[in-house]
Amino acid sequence: MCSFPTASSAAARPSASRRGLAALALVVALLPLALTNAYTYEIAILVGLNAITCVGLNILIGYAGQISLGHAGFFGLGAYGSAILAARYGVPPLLALAIASGAVGAAAWLIGRPILRLRGHYLAMGTLGMGVIVSVVLATEDRVTGGPDGMPVPPLSVFGYPLSGERTWYWIVAGALICAVALAQNLIESPRGRALRALHGSEIAAGAIGIDAARHKLGAFVLSAVFAAVAGALMAHYSGFITPGKASFLHSIELVTMVVFGGMASTFGAVAGAAVLTTLPQLLTALKEYEMVTLGAVMMLTMIVMPLGLVPTLEKRIAAARGKPV
Amino acid sequence: MLLRAENLSKHFGGVAALQDVALELECGIVHSIIGPNGAGKTTLLNLLCGIYLPDSGRILFEDAPLAGAPHEFAAAGVGRTFQSLQVFFNMSALENVMAGRWQHERCSLLAALLRLPPVAREERRSREAALELLELVGLARWASRASHTLPYGALKRLEIARALGAKPRLLLLDEPAAGLNPTETRDLDRLIREIAARGITVVLVEHNMKLVMELSQHVVVLNYGRKLAEGEPRAVSADPRVVEAYLGCSA
Amino acid sequence: MLAQYLVSGVTIGAIYALVALGFAIIYNASHVINFAQGEFVMIGGMTSAVCVEAGLALPLAAAAAILVATLVGMLLEKLAVEPARGASVVTLIIITIGASILLRGLATLVWDKKIHSLPAFSGEQPIAIGAATLLPQVLWVLGVSAAAVALLGWFFNRTLTGKAMLAVSHNRLAARLVGISVRRVLLASFALSAALGALAGILIAPISFTSWDVGVMLGLKGFAAAILGGLGSGPGAVVGGLALGLIESLGAGYLSSAYKDVFAFLIILAALVFLPDGLFGRRAAERV
Repeated sequence: MCSFPTASSAAARPSASRRGLAALALVVALLPLALTNAYTYEIAILVGLNAITCVGLNILIGYAGQISLGHAGFFGLGAYGSAILAARYGVPPLLALAIASGAVGAAAWLIGRPILRLRGHYLAMGTLGMGVIVSVVLATEDRVTGGPDGMPVPPLSVFGYPLSGERTWYWIVAGALICAVALAQNLIESPRGRALRALHGSEIAAGAIGIDAARHKLGAFVLSAVFAAVAGALMAHYSGFITPGKASFLHSIELVTMVVFGGMASTFGAVAGAAVLTTLPQLLTALKEYEMVTLGAVMMLTMIVMPLGLVPTLEKRIAAARGKPV
Repeated sequence: MLLRAENLSKHFGGVAALQDVALELECGIVHSIIGPNGAGKTTLLNLLCGIYLPDSGRILFEDAPLAGAPHEFAAAGVGRTFQSLQVFFNMSALENVMAGRWQHERCSLLAALLRLPPVAREERRSREAALELLELVGLARWASRASHTLPYGALKRLEIARALGAKPRLLLLDEPAAGLNPTETRDLDRLIREIAARGITVVLVEHNMKLVMELSQHVVVLNYGRKLAEGEPRAVSADPRVVEAYLGCSA
Repeated sequence: MLAQYLVSGVTIGAIYALVALGFAIIYNASHVINFAQGEFVMIGGMTSAVCVEAGLALPLAAAAAILVATLVGMLLEKLAVEPARGASVVTLIIITIGASILLRGLATLVWDKKIHSLPAFSGEQPIAIGAATLLPQVLWVLGVSAAAVALLGWFFNRTLTGKAMLAVSHNRLAARLVGISVRRVLLASFALSAALGALAGILIAPISFTSWDVGVMLGLKGFAAAILGGLGSGPGAVVGGLALGLIESLGAGYLSSAYKDVFAFLIILAALVFLPDGLFGRRAAERV
């Protein structure tokens, strides 16, 4: 995890990224034509929520070059924070979501200051430990969180109107995803985004041009935590019920896998990775006992054949087919 | 006096890489640090830009003590290039130079996330300034190329352009001519003169004696981590101790 | 009570140490964190348990389990890690995560999703030593782990293959220049760490049972132990494993069993903040 070469791709060409955003909006707008029942809507919503988390995580992993194996912890804290505020303290859910996400950002800032001094595999361990601690606390403090069995969550409401139903939620999550992608793309194309990518390219050289490594790593960490918390809170209010499993180590690993699978340092890669790895297990349930074997094999094969991940590899192939230098 | 270093020492384990070295860098001229391999040249450079913390001694930049992390040295006006390339290979050539301008771009997190108009304006200005610098080092035609596709000599110049993007008062060049062919070395010679002509104080760590003798007004000779001699190039190269320690063995 | 906690802490710590050594060996050869390391433990436990259930004698079952795990380790290297040579470390790590899912899936296909147990190697009659009582299996765990560690020490310091593996970990290019085959070293490192993992799985199976999914937690703890000790350091892995086992056991005994993992990870986090390279880690000097 010390150095991961990433293709210097379209990241900083505003026109290319605006085309990408338009394409994503088009897909999101047309997708309901293919969604025939509540179950397919539910999967689409899950894809969207995972994608929001991964877009944030990719800022940290793909652009700033810092690993986190504990982001499900932030996802869980966002979910439980919003749920507890709404269910136990009667805070309006939308406000609860905002407070919880802000609080998670603050927590990430506090945790990140010591932890982000670690590098590579040690940082992986630090973030992993943080995630495990969060998930154990959520599972154990049953008076507040409902323990391992989880807790019910009030539905989201706007000005007193409860938002429910798969279709409504599809558009809420779709809107949130488009916003998340636009924010991430804007950041990456700004001087701050360049500073982050500089850190990833060479931390020493970044220091020599005045980039404060600790500050920018922390910024990326906090931002990615807030993305995860918002997605977690949305998930809680959407499904009406949450369990500590969403904060677990395995979910953290899933999130990182989605980012790498889709292609690091590519916002659309993060979305694609989330889409494929959220949908695939659902499709594979048809295979019953062969589900896990197939999922593992697909992951391994894809990473062997496309070590840069889905989107950067495809971008390269398309560019090569058009005869343009990448 | 732009920079004054007093009794700088640096040890690695039991090895004294640098012992009690004093250095005075006068403003606006080209200084060179020479010495055999392992004399402590790069260690000295790393101390001057904050990558290493000195075990003892201190650095005064324009008479004010300078210490801290590398980015604080950069903020004070110290820029550098690297002997082993430290190009941002995940960016295009232009973006490398634009990254160099980081300290001179104003951009809050919120403005960046929302791509507010001032950010876009700042970006355009930055792009133009970076293109000018690429022009200066002769890489303008490769501006949009991914940096990892550029030849070695071009990458060395790209590092110089990136360092210039930060508008340094003092520019440390760590073996800029290593690995360059004669034509490229001549271009480098011209480039360093141009940089000095813009009022930037240059410190050159270099093995190419011809380049050192032609370019610098002040030469410091290091040997076994100590300062052996310093002065004008001609005087230094005539110093018998220097001839024995350095020129003697390389001749 | 203290003696009892110490004994159980050292016992589980010895298992963590074996898993951590497996991480260290593969890390040294390839700089990859093998997230399928826990599955070797699972394969060791499951193969031996199923073989004994089928009527095989325990020593034969154990030998079969180690053999199977070693083969799986070598296949993993040959079929997944070697073809991805040149990929980034993160990509390789994701490949090992895929492998761990694949292996867990295979375990449910070849065997089942039930919990299995292995009979204790020499009975269940507790031995009283002072205030504490010991299960004979604890002595097996400690004795065999100590022997394995000693054997590894001899292997890396005295044999040509072991020295070649160390050389590759210190400087891959230099090792290649003196004629060491890096590919063979990679293969050997996967084989060796799979065998170690399987050994840990066999030793612990009579104490804590085994099933298709025991590898996740044991792998996680082994990784934590390897990091605590300093990644890539043999003595560090052993000390890290024992320390982790003791913290867990004492934390569970005196404070709260629900929070034993929290204590363990809090102490690891604190240790890392003060010693960012682990207890025995090498500090790589920055060179520019």
